Amino acid sequence: MTAIAAIDEPAVRSALAEVADPEIPIVSIVDLGMVEGVEVTPDAIRVELLPTFVGCPALDLIRAAVEERLAMFGRPLDVRFGYRVPWTSDRITSAGRELLRTSGFAPPGNGATDLPVLVQLATPVPCPHCGSRRTVLENAFGPTQCRAIHHCTACRQPFESFKPI
Amino acid sequence: MTGIATDLLPATRDALSVLLLAMADDEFVIGFSDSEWTGIAPMLEEDVAMSSLAQDELGHAQALYRLLAEIVEDGRDADAIAFDRPPEGYYHARLLDHPRGDWAGTIARRYLYDTADGVRLDALAGSSFAPLRDLVGKIRREERYHRMHASSWLERLALTTGEPRLRLLDALARLSPDGASVLAPLPNELSLVMAGILETGSAELETRWRAEIGPVFERLDLPMPAAIAEPAAARTGHSEAFRRLWTDFTSVRHAEPGATW
Repeated sequence: MTAIAAIDEPAVRSALAEVADPEIPIVSIVDLGMVEGVEVTPDAIRVELLPTFVGCPALDLIRAAVEERLAMFGRPLDVRFGYRVPWTSDRITSAGRELLRTSGFAPPGNGATDLPVLVQLATPVPCPHCGSRRTVLENAFGPTQCRAIHHCTACRQPFESFKPI
Repeated sequence: MTGIATDLLPATRDALSVLLLAMADDEFVIGFSDSEWTGIAPMLEEDVAMSSLAQDELGHAQALYRLLAEIVEDGRDADAIAFDRPPEGYYHARLLDHPRGDWAGTIARRYLYDTADGVRLDALAGSSFAPLRDLVGKIRREERYHRMHASSWLERLALTTGEPRLRLLDALARLSPDGASVLAPLPNELSLVMAGILETGSAELETRWRAEIGPVFERLDLPMPAAIAEPAAARTGHSEAFRRLWTDFTSVRHAEPGATW
């Protein structure tokens, strides 16, 4: 039997790295920078998660998936979403950005958080398929709250991006 | 008591509850109203956009109702506050009492609302009440997209001569008497200002709002919203259109008591 050697923060974080985002399952909630705090005490495991959008309908699914994944530790869980720290698209890790790109999603620009939104959207997003910057924003709103829709005039493919927010 | 607002004076806590109810009901009603475009917007892109905007607003409303439930601690959860009141118990601004109207009507209202709501959110960004400040910090990031959407459509309609501009003018005339209702004074709001929860009172917020939209309306040659005739009635006496909306949005809850969103 492979016993769980230790219940500590790194062990919990690596377990969380296996919890997929329900809307874009190629990336985990760790890749997306949604895990803000992990606290392990003898009595409980506490996890503070940051919603990407306030009204994200996947939050309950994510919480349930986290609880299911951490159940193996056999300790009471306290998994909650908070706004103490705002989630921004800058929190997506470089590994997460690469995974997004290889699966056809343009990752959000870096350091875009404090720019006026019109400036961000006026900057062409590189096409995740062919790399061209000859792209146009078709719709700042997409199939989920965190996604926008673009079109690449070079390879003529539509693609989605993760919104800078 | 274990509440999150127990260190506030009772009068301040009450005023905070009123502010949260006003904000939550505003977001809830405009979100639900705009969701009516899902499936029937003038073009596919706008179908997606309005649905996404509505989803954002309902999410904001839910978070604000949850915060309100934690402050009021009267046994009601966010769903109970959102759905279990009679129509006259809602506290949204009269601007949101209008039906969504045609596309120009929706855009005109969204522009007036998003800009006024933006001024209100800015005045809460440095709030001394941390749970609200944190939530507002997150909401503001999302609202930037809403303002961009409303601004670009307002400009498109205003600068397209003929029917688009005429419909926009018609909508602005219809909404004008209630245009400033989002920023009408709230009961006892001074206690919020004194407690550092709200940066400044409604009169100053309305001045800021008019200073922001004034140059846009002037450039587009559009008439500015009128002053509110009866500020004390800016959030009461709801319309027939709202009662119809209420019947819709409470129907699931009534059909299935205890249903949650």
